[in-house]
Amino acid sequence: MSRFEESAPARGGFSFDLCKRNEMLMQKGLKPSSYLKTGTTIVGLVFQDGVILGADTRATEGPIVADKNCEKIHYMAPNIYCCGAGTAADTEAVTDMVSSQLKLHRFHTGRESRVVTALTLLKSHLFSYQGHVSAALVLGGVDVTGPHLHTIYPHGSTDTLPFATMGSGSLAAMAIFESKYREGLTRDEGVKLVAEAICSGIFNDLGSGSNVDVCVITKGKREYLRNYMLPNPRTYVSEKGYSFSKKTEVLLTKITPLRELVEVIEGGDAMEE
Amino acid sequence: MDSIYNDLNAPHSMGTTIIGVTYDGGVVLGADSRTSTGMYVANRASDKITQLTDNVYICRSGSAADSQVLSDYVRYYLHQHTIQLGQPATVKVAANLVRMVSYNNKNMLQTGLIVGGWDKYEGGKIYGIPLGGTLLEQPFTIGGSGSSYLYGFFDQVWKEGMTQDEAEKLVVKAVSLAIARDGASGGVVRTVTINKDGVSRKFYPGNTLPLWHEELEAKDSLLDILSAASPEPMVS
Repeated sequence: MSRFEESAPARGGFSFDLCKRNEMLMQKGLKPSSYLKTGTTIVGLVFQDGVILGADTRATEGPIVADKNCEKIHYMAPNIYCCGAGTAADTEAVTDMVSSQLKLHRFHTGRESRVVTALTLLKSHLFSYQGHVSAALVLGGVDVTGPHLHTIYPHGSTDTLPFATMGSGSLAAMAIFESKYREGLTRDEGVKLVAEAICSGIFNDLGSGSNVDVCVITKGKREYLRNYMLPNPRTYVSEKGYSFSKKTEVLLTKITPLRELVEVIEGGDAMEE
Repeated sequence: MDSIYNDLNAPHSMGTTIIGVTYDGGVVLGADSRTSTGMYVANRASDKITQLTDNVYICRSGSAADSQVLSDYVRYYLHQHTIQLGQPATVKVAANLVRMVSYNNKNMLQTGLIVGGWDKYEGGKIYGIPLGGTLLEQPFTIGGSGSSYLYGFFDQVWKEGMTQDEAEKLVVKAVSLAIARDGASGGVVRTVTINKDGVSRKFYPGNTLPLWHEELEAKDSLLDILSAASPEPMVS
């Protein structure tokens, strides 16, 4: 790749050097490369003992489903999880980054992380990138001050709500929440409502699909229910299996494990000269 | 269909109606509660009146991100200033700090603000800081997209030296009038009253607001009514 400018000084922050070049190329007719977006339905709600987060599992690249079972509920701290919608790379990177910062902060202070800390770190990062980091997040957790649920938009604004939805399927999921949410739900009622809202997104939004992930966070405990519901199973599997044309060479029909099993002998003799 | 999809990625803006009025003894700040992304209401119960210090509050309008970050910065500066000064900050200082940040970053920010509070030197004061970073001390001021519908109303109804009750009723009436006509304002009405005795927050849900020209009364949803009634057996 030829570069027209010198490399940017190591100063941190986004380097806008190539933006003019990209604009010029687009004017000449070059189509920008597509990126993996999570079409997405993500939701969160506060129930009597804590918060419940939910997400679908489809990642799209334009009209194609790139990943049928991706994980959209990201770990931030043992007591804080974050669902991400928008560009998959951006949500992954920003939640990973803040998760590391929170861990360092835990070592520094010797205390459990608070949800507002994660919120401030995420919001100041997203604001300084002026919306170019396309990550819309639903952040939820339980800390010493109680259960918290926040939404964070790509431009850096935040809202604190008892129930929230984000992503392309947010309208479908919000319809479910607005009609059925009430304060003081039990755990089972809450999980059922979250699953229903995600299913509403999965079946009514083209950008969301596949399975339902749920994460229940309460004081001192969290349950990550990966693939809590699988409402889109593969219904037809051909009995004949796959048949290849006669010209195809079959090289090996043996499966070789790559990792050798090493036998560990306890209490052997010490090495001696 | 496409335009709705694009709009969900639009920056979070507060359509808004915000109001600040002075009365005999303090100030009343009022706001609606709708935050929109394009044509979708992202938050129907947001709080646009944020605390800067114990005795100074700020009403935010325009870009949600810009106004949140600006008030966070000013809260931090005011906290430092209070420690250094040794006594509560005055409303004038708070408003000037907001103006400095707003003016010096005028190319990057898109937010109109109203700073209101009470201090022992000047009493209740309202400062309007529109886009661009002008600072104007006024006996009352309005802002946000819904304010367009209130200029005539305030010209007629405003008078100096109202009581606290009169001022609160005026603010609630004005916000509800703007909500009736402005699509980008809605939800509930929040007010904050600040005087020498402290701060009091009030909350007026949509169904307690007066009805204006051609507005219909809220009714229970037909779904609730139908499900409450016992189902009759079908008879052939």
